[in-house]
Amino acid sequence: MIDLFDIMGPIMVGPSSSHTAGAVRIGRMARTLLGDTPVKASLHLHGSFATTGVGHGTDKALIAGLLGMPPDDLDIPLSFDIAEERGLKFTFDELDLRDAHPNSVRMELVGANDRRLNMQACSTGGGRILVTKLDGTDVSFTGDYHTLIIQNMDNRGNLADVTNALALAGVNVANMSMSRSSKGGNVMMIIETDDPAPDFIVQLIERQPGILQVIHYEKES
Amino acid sequence: MNLDSMKDTLSAARQEGKRFWEIVLEADMKNRGVSRTDSLNKMAAVWHAMREASHVYTGERRSVSGLVGGQGKLMREYAAEKTPIGGDFTAQVIAEALSMGESNACMRRIVAAPTAGACGVLPAVLIPLYWQDNLTEDRMLEALFTASGIGAVIAYRACISGAAGGCQAEIGSASAMAAGALVYLRKGTDEQMGHAVAMALKNLLGLVCDPVAGLVEVPCVKRNVIGAVNAIAAADMALAGIESRIPVDEVIDAMGEVGRRLPVEFRETALGGLAATPTGKAVKKQLHGDRKKRTLTIKDARWKLDKSGAETVQNTAAT
Repeated sequence: MIDLFDIMGPIMVGPSSSHTAGAVRIGRMARTLLGDTPVKASLHLHGSFATTGVGHGTDKALIAGLLGMPPDDLDIPLSFDIAEERGLKFTFDELDLRDAHPNSVRMELVGANDRRLNMQACSTGGGRILVTKLDGTDVSFTGDYHTLIIQNMDNRGNLADVTNALALAGVNVANMSMSRSSKGGNVMMIIETDDPAPDFIVQLIERQPGILQVIHYEKES
Repeated sequence: MNLDSMKDTLSAARQEGKRFWEIVLEADMKNRGVSRTDSLNKMAAVWHAMREASHVYTGERRSVSGLVGGQGKLMREYAAEKTPIGGDFTAQVIAEALSMGESNACMRRIVAAPTAGACGVLPAVLIPLYWQDNLTEDRMLEALFTASGIGAVIAYRACISGAAGGCQAEIGSASAMAAGALVYLRKGTDEQMGHAVAMALKNLLGLVCDPVAGLVEVPCVKRNVIGAVNAIAAADMALAGIESRIPVDEVIDAMGEVGRRLPVEFRETALGGLAATPTGKAVKKQLHGDRKKRTLTIKDARWKLDKSGAETVQNTAAT
């Protein structure tokens, strides 16, 4: 069944759930995945995001999200000024991403601690989003679940280490996917869970040999 | 209860001796795994957001394109100073629908119910009735659960987005939801509620989505008015004992079918209808010109990452 509050909601700043609220959520997701305060952002708008984005405030919404604002924050229209105050430099341009959803954006981010992220995501309607690429690897997750994004080396047994840790904490896995850039290259695991993974489990996973990075995205209510 | 049919949900309510809204509330509790209090509180937040949005409207703001803003204020002034043809209540409903639609276009906070473009329909009928009939907040929440359940069935059987089904799917669905809520608030039966939903949706069947320049402004703001006024008419008919000759689920299915067969020009692409009129095209051209200028200035300050994403992350992890 559809979430009743997707029908009676979301509570959001207008004018468009896909072009504004969804764009804020994409920005927020990118900030979380960066795990750092973004100081530089290069955003490439595709399709309808490029053609009607300005009129819908898509650009302001994306920046608002990068600044950590939720979709109902009344400061969203002022996000460019707030970005300047907080030292976030950004640029926009248009990019034709082949075969991408019409409401797509690709962004490259640099954080204050020099963390970097390259993400592509689309806004699929009603404020819902889908992350489609992370650092060059195809992924597919929505942020509708608590999500673990794990990068590891292509070693035997890494997956078992991760699932064992989750089983230990009694965290139920809803969906999961794994993909790698090449054999022996880096692997990206996306694990969507019904319950949030406790911090100690995230730390435990981080300490397993071969695990490069763990990001925990906690679903927003 | 999956809320995939009005008929099944209504008969579940009858069998269990409950009202439609209670079945909807229980479905939400089960679906999201939350308590009754949590579900009610979340709906209360929705109701408060609607009232807040209405309360803070001043009519001073203008949309990005400048096409929209101040219409709700004009209607409020007219209703206060003159004798509106449809009476005071209808005038308030029209003013509220315009105000909310404008607030959305001007990047203010609204409740997308079921979509941002159709955000004016429900508050336009609910807020004036809340004051006029001196209703309790509990009853307003029950009415909102009623409306949500209707919307959930429409979303399951047909669609609620202009891109998928045209304006009938957005304003039409909002109008059907509002009609059902009104019947509930006026102490109609759940069966009457179902007829009101069917009649409201039937009346807007085939309405195209043709936003000028692709923006949620023209004709979207004013279409909220027809959604709200149509909801009142459908609710009054149902309360009078008038029935829809076509059962409500069949009407919803018909809306879905019409939506699927609407040419793509009439589904939010801004390629047909009012968007394709000479004036609509001129507005688009003007905005497009602005966009080009803007993109150029942005490109001057452009910078790029020197490494590909995959490499940078490997480096980040290693440090």
